[in-house]
Amino acid sequence: MAEIAELKKIASQVRRDIVRMVHAVSSGHPGGSLGCADLLTALYFNHLEHDPSFNMNGKGEDLFFLSNGHISPVWYSVLARSGYFPVAELATFRHINSRVQGHPATHEHLPGIRIASGSLGQGLSAAIGVAQTKKLDGDDKMVYVLMGDGELQEGQVWEAAMYGAHYKCDNVVAIVDWNGRQIDGDTKDVMSLGDLPAKWKAFGWHVMEMDGNDMSSVLSGLQTAKGRSGSGQPTVVLMRTEMGKGVDFMEGTHKWHGSAPNDEQLADALSQLEETQGDY
Amino acid sequence: MLSDYQSSGKKGTRDGFGDGLHEAAVKNPEVVGLCADLTGSLKMNKFKDAYPDRFFQVGIAEANMMSLAAGMAIGGKIPFTGTFANFSTGRVYDQIRQSIAYSDKNVKICASHAGLTLGEDGATHQILEDIGMMNMLPGMTVINTCDYHQTKAATLAIAEYEGPVYLRFGRPSWPMFMEDKPFVIGKAIHMNEGSDVTIVATGHMVWQSLEAARSLAEEGITVDLLNIHTIKPLDDEAILKSVTKTGCIVTAEEHQRNGGLGSCVANLLGSKLPTPQELVAVNDSFGESGKPTELLDKYGLSVDDVIAAAKRAIARK
Repeated sequence: MAEIAELKKIASQVRRDIVRMVHAVSSGHPGGSLGCADLLTALYFNHLEHDPSFNMNGKGEDLFFLSNGHISPVWYSVLARSGYFPVAELATFRHINSRVQGHPATHEHLPGIRIASGSLGQGLSAAIGVAQTKKLDGDDKMVYVLMGDGELQEGQVWEAAMYGAHYKCDNVVAIVDWNGRQIDGDTKDVMSLGDLPAKWKAFGWHVMEMDGNDMSSVLSGLQTAKGRSGSGQPTVVLMRTEMGKGVDFMEGTHKWHGSAPNDEQLADALSQLEETQGDY
Repeated sequence: MLSDYQSSGKKGTRDGFGDGLHEAAVKNPEVVGLCADLTGSLKMNKFKDAYPDRFFQVGIAEANMMSLAAGMAIGGKIPFTGTFANFSTGRVYDQIRQSIAYSDKNVKICASHAGLTLGEDGATHQILEDIGMMNMLPGMTVINTCDYHQTKAATLAIAEYEGPVYLRFGRPSWPMFMEDKPFVIGKAIHMNEGSDVTIVATGHMVWQSLEAARSLAEEGITVDLLNIHTIKPLDDEAILKSVTKTGCIVTAEEHQRNGGLGSCVANLLGSKLPTPQELVAVNDSFGESGKPTELLDKYGLSVDDVIAAAKRAIARK
């Protein structure tokens, strides 16, 4: 299990992978991927009890689901670097005949992926479904699901929220990437999310807040959330992040939600991100 | 032979689903059920009462139900979802497409109240496009059963089958005539040997076609009758073998002409063995309120409509 200093180094490499992947195909979603690099690194290299040899049913393991599938680059990087598939395969991201699809999919049997995501709003439901099978089977491991904040505009999320509280799904931790931005602009301008903590609270969830770009905050937040298991109430972690975190010119704007850097911008980005694990 | 298929009374196809689900759950502890506030309508109470821990009331939230089911399938369960056919398909097409079909999840989408025979509730609920929507999804198995017994048998069969399935059935009390008949997914049932015209029918239209075949026999016209419970994968071999013998075909379904059984048969015959075909189906129209038989008459799905279609097909040989 990697500790803070090591996790920070891994996260730097993950960020390099993200910008290199989207640059190589001139497409993909670097902004949210960079913002969530610390969370996914903490999950896969510290927090989750998981098995990179990969069993689809995930029995006896903590599971992670990415509902906002467009930030696939960050997930692919941590999956590859934690041993689910060869790191070299990251070079095939979004190419023809690749397992590393634009959005996460099971169709090509990429280890680590249990359900397709991309069309938003479905991941919380699926995560709750798996969590309920864990309860039926007496499996005490946890299920984590990450959603975008813009994704909360999808009605299905709130169907699932109502359901999760009704069934006391306390082995589910929903994490919201609360970066305040979406593809058309800031969430407050596109479709205001209102008082997000109050909304989740009203739906019966235990609400936590966490700084998603501070590794120690992420580790302790995840630990606290996990400790809620047995409380009879599901937990949501509203995770403050900066879209584009780690690359200065990508921060502070929604413009890098879904666009790739050119050669010059890539060089600039890489100069800000230490290569710690060896580029793929 | 036609005489092998006599009605032994009436029950809803949905009753066959309810009894089949209960029996499947007895046999396999991995079977779970989800329902969107229609437990009574779907006849899921027997299962729910026997296995309350394996029954998940979802409330009126069908999108959530489909993705929940996909999640339960990941965990190794065999989820059966239950709601009306309209809310099992059109309302949740994207959830089925991404979380179930594309993700290859072992979910059984069980859909009642399909078609016009839903009756008085009218067109908002009378879905006539669902077979088409489900047919288009790669990897989806599509089944439309014809009576209580076949629905029960199909429910048991899909519990044993690994992969996503759409099982379509209906609301009304309907003749039962398939007791103890074998059910194999993808395998048409050859109900009668005939040489003048092939009739392939699915769902409630199997009974209508049986009655039509009996009437035609009295006129000396023999019908080669196929009960096509599985529309995808279609039993190509049985259909080709039949039309090779008869030289013309009628397809009968409680569904739009576009995208249903008739379209699938036309796809097959157009590429393999061009054959005169007449479609008994709803012709690009929504339904309306009324009694099931009144609606079948008004929208061209009566026994007489099947008879007339058979004669038109024969005349085109």
